[in-house]
Amino acid sequence: MAVERMKEMLARNFVTFKTAAWLGWQMDSNWADPLLFLAYTIVKPISATFILVMMYVVVSGGSTSGPLFGFMYVGNAFYMYIFQILFGVTWVIHDDREHFQTIRYIYIAPSSFYAYVLGRSMSKLILTTVSVVIILAFGILFLGVPIGLGTVNIAMFLAVFFIGLAAIVVFGLALAGISFLTAEHGMGMNEGLAGIFYLFAGVLYPIGTLPAWGAAFSKIIPLTYWLEGIRRSLIPTSTDPSMAAYSSSFVVYLMIVSTVIFFILSIGIFKGAEHLARKQGKVDMLTSY
Amino acid sequence: MSGALAQERGIGYIVLKNLRAMKGRAYPRIIGMNREPSWLFFDTLMPILSIAAFVYIYKAMNAPPQYIGYVIIGGAMTAYWMNVLWSMAAQLYWEKEMGNLQLYMIAPVSRMSIMAGMAVGGIFSTTIRAVSTIVVGVMIFNVEFSLASPVLLTGIFVFTLIALYGMGMMFASLYMLWGREAWHISEVLTEPIYLLSGFYFPVKYLGTGVATIAALIPLTLGLDGMRQLLFPYAGDGFIPATYELVVLVMLSVAFLFLARYFLNYMENLAKKEGRLTLRWQ
Repeated sequence: MAVERMKEMLARNFVTFKTAAWLGWQMDSNWADPLLFLAYTIVKPISATFILVMMYVVVSGGSTSGPLFGFMYVGNAFYMYIFQILFGVTWVIHDDREHFQTIRYIYIAPSSFYAYVLGRSMSKLILTTVSVVIILAFGILFLGVPIGLGTVNIAMFLAVFFIGLAAIVVFGLALAGISFLTAEHGMGMNEGLAGIFYLFAGVLYPIGTLPAWGAAFSKIIPLTYWLEGIRRSLIPTSTDPSMAAYSSSFVVYLMIVSTVIFFILSIGIFKGAEHLARKQGKVDMLTSY
Repeated sequence: MSGALAQERGIGYIVLKNLRAMKGRAYPRIIGMNREPSWLFFDTLMPILSIAAFVYIYKAMNAPPQYIGYVIIGGAMTAYWMNVLWSMAAQLYWEKEMGNLQLYMIAPVSRMSIMAGMAVGGIFSTTIRAVSTIVVGVMIFNVEFSLASPVLLTGIFVFTLIALYGMGMMFASLYMLWGREAWHISEVLTEPIYLLSGFYFPVKYLGTGVATIAALIPLTLGLDGMRQLLFPYAGDGFIPATYELVVLVMLSVAFLFLARYFLNYMENLAKKEGRLTLRWQ
């Protein structure tokens, strides 16, 4: 009986998830023809990547062969997931509440609100994946980023990649919870957290470049281990010197432990903020912001 | 106002009225800073986070020290570009969505004075953010400037802003014509312009051809000129700063003229089609 009920709940949540994902895709893409939309989706991340490439090339005198280049390039490509998913998950609350004014109907609907929020952010995940693949392919083909098909540790990459995505989503859920309580600071919070990760999670440079306190802070962020694991699986020689003593399995272990801690913390924040928002009547507030 | 009435009341009356319109439109942007001081925290902190990341990547590469200064100035100037995109170019579109646009259109003042008011208010609030970012950045990373020519630097900064906000005024009409794609246009004009204008590295390294095209964006020459004058020993300039000032003056005139042209074009089109204030398009 319990199994049947569980199955039914999962099926219902999957329908919610699927419908929300389709809705998210429609909302993200319906303003332009597919070709223009594809160009739009690609131009932004490629430009952001080229800013870094130019910074590197200007200082190195035209070379892209140093070990830091691959480190920076891969880190920057995968950082896009962090920014886009954080934004995607959090923006759902703001968008549905303030712009489309549909959150009250969705919130009281007999379906999982988590499944809805996660579904809505799926289009961002898919589009980011397209951008990341294009950027990595460009880097391998034209800039000499040393990712070789023969040297990639696929099993490690897949394991690390999906655990890391889960970590990003739970961070997003915490922010989504806080978005229930605030209107004007939603965007600032997203950018703030994404900016903190950009600075401290070893995205562009080894964390040893940071001051000692910054490097210590980096080591409590799950995404630091996520990016380190991704790099090790794609470019075996690209290791952050501050974590050179850690084996790859230990990096994965640290990532899982820190993700679990942040998962519990994030769900707590979401539930707490949701409770406060219900109590204060803020779930469907309109601020015209 | 009809020509006859304007003639009867005199040019002084018209000028005064348009100045009042400017003041009126600038006021909410200036006073808005006091109403929500937490913005200052977010608007200073956010750029500092990405600026710091770019500073550390230059440090990891052992780049010459002036590059840290380049990043801080470039990072601070992003505030102006964002303000131009989201609060100038997209503003008439937002006003339409909120139902204010018709009030602007029937007001007996020049539309240019309303746009100029937006620009003045935007420059005021953005300058507070940009200066805060520079001060915090300089303090954290100990950047040393050696100012070569304060007058030229001021000239370049002022004309960069005039040309930039003139461009924003021109875009405001074009965004109206492009309709609901305004949001996406602003999005797509962010990182590509950071790249083309050399926000985080000297623009001359993009090559003469690309840098010349990028010079149509006022921030390209503005940033390059300011960097040349603040770090005169670096020798990373695209063209001499004096020439950059001349080009910026020309761009200022051109963009203000084009802004007026497109505002009139939009207004005439709106009268013909009757769709100007129609929302959700």
